[in-house]
Amino acid sequence: MGLLALFRRTPSSASVAKERLRIIVAQERSARGGPDYLPLLRRELLQVIHKYVNVDPEAVQINLGQDEGHEVLELSVALPEKNRA
Amino acid sequence: MAEIIVVTSGKGGVGKTTTSASVACGLARRGKRVVVIDFDIGLRNLDLIMGCERRVVYDFVNVIQGDCTLRQALIKDKRLETLHVLAASQTRDKDALTAEGVKRVLDELIADGFDYILCDSPAGIEKGAHLAMYYADRAVVVVNPEVSSVRDSDRILGLLASKTQRAEQGNGGVKEHLLLTRYNPRRVASGEMMSVDDVKEILGLDVIGVVPESPDVLAASNAGVPVIFNDDSDASRAYDDAVARLLGESLPLRFLEEPKRGFFARIFGG
Repeated sequence: MGLLALFRRTPSSASVAKERLRIIVAQERSARGGPDYLPLLRRELLQVIHKYVNVDPEAVQINLGQDEGHEVLELSVALPEKNRA
Repeated sequence: MAEIIVVTSGKGGVGKTTTSASVACGLARRGKRVVVIDFDIGLRNLDLIMGCERRVVYDFVNVIQGDCTLRQALIKDKRLETLHVLAASQTRDKDALTAEGVKRVLDELIADGFDYILCDSPAGIEKGAHLAMYYADRAVVVVNPEVSSVRDSDRILGLLASKTQRAEQGNGGVKEHLLLTRYNPRRVASGEMMSVDDVKEILGLDVIGVVPESPDVLAASNAGVPVIFNDDSDASRAYDDAVARLLGESLPLRFLEEPKRGFFARIFGG
């Protein structure tokens, strides 16, 4: 098993776990401290966008940040490629 | 001045009570005056792990409601002179625990001259867990190297940073430490389990202890003798190291690699 592991292509289950956690923890941390309505806002915005463009839920990013003392709500939507839409 | 330490995790079954019991005993064994409080109202269990279940007369809620004095409710440990246990109530009334009541009891323990007050938190993020962490100076976040436990720990870290008295007062917040339990070095080596470094990196906290998975932990709870008393156990040594680190000693982490096996065992497995 020791030698075989060297040639194994598939990532170990521990590294899969780590990668999944890294993403979800970062996402949950960014939502933390933000207003409670943020998840609902995100969902409703997604529904509106979905009415016009068929986007993947993952392609919509909503972030709340600070810029020179102002709170900034940043919405970024990655639109699908034209020929696929 | 007493230090209030909450032992918490979010997820259930990761070893909070086992950790509370062993850390409390470890601190008392080093001569500190320690009280360990079970905050799991309705599901009393610390008394069993400490082996004092038949000596519970009054509990935490009785003290809060004025049915008895604090002194009457404190159970003196039979092994260690300076260790006391305050059992959880078995009432089903979750509102029996109040912020004012908890504060009153903690203040009385501080005035009494205890060095360490350990709060054994219930699982989840409900009232009991909230009150267990609210007045804490430090937090020991118990985590298993497993996805749901790590995620829940991060949620708890968020609450420690916002829903505690120290966070609200803005005086530096609660000092947080990670304690990994059920660590299996063999599975880490084969890539089946996240390593200490993986968990540390995801949660971004210092690690105060790594307790290897060990049959001695179940044996200890069966007997009602916290595992730290088992001198032959690596789990005991790991807990004792964690206690030393809590007291400010800097010790390298141990038991991160599986014990060396013989040449033939490695070739043929086993």
